[in-house]
Amino acid sequence: MESLSNRKKVVSNKKMSFVESLYLPAIVGGMWITIKHMFKKHNTLKYPEQQRVFAPVYRGMHVLKRDEQGRENCTACGLCAVACPAEAITMVAAERQKGEENLYREEKYAESYEINMLRCIFCGLCEEACPKEAIFLTDRIVPTNFDRDEFVYGKDRLVEQLDNRIDITVRQNTGKRGEK
Amino acid sequence: MDTGLLIEKTILVVVIFAITLFIATYQTYMERKVAAWLQDRVGPDRAGPFGILQPIADAGKMFFKEDFIPANADKWLFIMGPGIAMFTASMTGAVIPWGPPLEMFGRTVVLQVADINIGILFIMGFASIGVYGIMIGGWASNNKFSLFAAIRASSQMISYELAMGVSIITLVLMSGSLSLGEIVHQQHGMNWNIFYQPVAFVVFFICSIAECNRAPFDLAECESELIGGYHTEYGSMKLGFFLFAEYVNLFISSAVIAALFFGGYNFPGMDHFSGNTLAILGTAAFFAKIIFFIFVIMWIRWTLPRFRYDQLMHLGWKKLIPIAMINLLITAVVIGFNSGWFTKKSAKVKQTEKSVAMMPKAKVDAQANYKINFNN
Repeated sequence: MESLSNRKKVVSNKKMSFVESLYLPAIVGGMWITIKHMFKKHNTLKYPEQQRVFAPVYRGMHVLKRDEQGRENCTACGLCAVACPAEAITMVAAERQKGEENLYREEKYAESYEINMLRCIFCGLCEEACPKEAIFLTDRIVPTNFDRDEFVYGKDRLVEQLDNRIDITVRQNTGKRGEK
Repeated sequence: MDTGLLIEKTILVVVIFAITLFIATYQTYMERKVAAWLQDRVGPDRAGPFGILQPIADAGKMFFKEDFIPANADKWLFIMGPGIAMFTASMTGAVIPWGPPLEMFGRTVVLQVADINIGILFIMGFASIGVYGIMIGGWASNNKFSLFAAIRASSQMISYELAMGVSIITLVLMSGSLSLGEIVHQQHGMNWNIFYQPVAFVVFFICSIAECNRAPFDLAECESELIGGYHTEYGSMKLGFFLFAEYVNLFISSAVIAALFFGGYNFPGMDHFSGNTLAILGTAAFFAKIIFFIFVIMWIRWTLPRFRYDQLMHLGWKKLIPIAMINLLITAVVIGFNSGWFTKKSAKVKQTEKSVAMMPKAKVDAQANYKINFNN
């Protein structure tokens, strides 16, 4: 049959010649290869002291953004939860009351918003689905924990703090997003 | 025997034992570093600067682990196994000449604990007892994997000791002596045995790797096939002893290779020095050679994959032993030819002349000097 991949090789069990059957030349050849590696530059990062720079499009822990005036962008439309292939996102919507205009940008907001970080596969589809630019994946890593319950992140850990805004401009301006 | 000799030998024994343990300890570090470098990694670098305290941390870990003896194990044999392994490993250092004689307090201190006239046989004997530690340990564990490993180790030892012994006989034929002190002394300057017996060296080198149970001959402790090998059931410092004995063996066999084939403490240009300077430089040269061979054996370990069992036996019985035998035969014939056995006057040639006939002149002189020095 014709090979499709062009990588087909016929295995041959031909008898070794005398020099080959001595093995020693082959062993010396192998040792030459390993000794060359000894003088190569290795790429190890000494982790706690040095940290790797993430790619600008790295998909790590989520953030729920606020706008310039500090109001939450999220309107609890539920598109992210629908888009989520891992069904990691749940939310409860609520109506904005009078006097809460400085907290929520539109009339509807998420009373609770939870992402189960153990279910999440960090695909970024929630971010793509969001019409309000409310949810983004960032270059932060979800920290480890001994307790499974601790991995269900609520609004307290997802919404960005007013005094500690999460910068996602690099992410927004990289690749296809930047071309828009 | 005078008191001075007793004190001198006691100090020498303690120093050599300490050095052996120290080097064996740091071989674990060296092994991990060499492995890392050959595999494009960094290796241990957390404990102390460049990780040099790593062996101490490892030893501490070994000591503080639970000393466990399985319920169905034979208790005394289980304890004896690592003890024998460690004992035999550290015994062989006694007959190795570590350097030229040292002048100290008006005495000539020979840097060799015991220059017994059958030094090589002593080493071979202890190397073969060494496998008892592995065998007893594997047997006493009452575990099929340990038993497999023990059987493998003992058959491997038997197969490779033959070729090793034959290649040593070649050397003994050339040198005319079984004493390590004298064999080393004959290789004065650059007059090393490797230039006369390269084939014997290759056979001996391969066999000594096999005797040390090191990759590619580590069938006795292949974790992928036998869980851990003969020390599957061992933990704590008993396991530590087994692992440690392996490194002591590696050190000693490197020393034997360096002494037999690479001139021991002899180095080119050694005639320009004398007395204590020569002793110190010679010892340094010897240790440099030993460390080089340790490195080569580690290098081989991290290059070659493990032999299959039938390949191991094939190599040992069908290749190494015939090669060693043929080499022995050729050497014997050449020596016989040179000492005139095949001519008519052969019957009158004396014993001593036979053995020195093949040697180059420098060797003959060195042997004569040695006899004068040491027989007085």
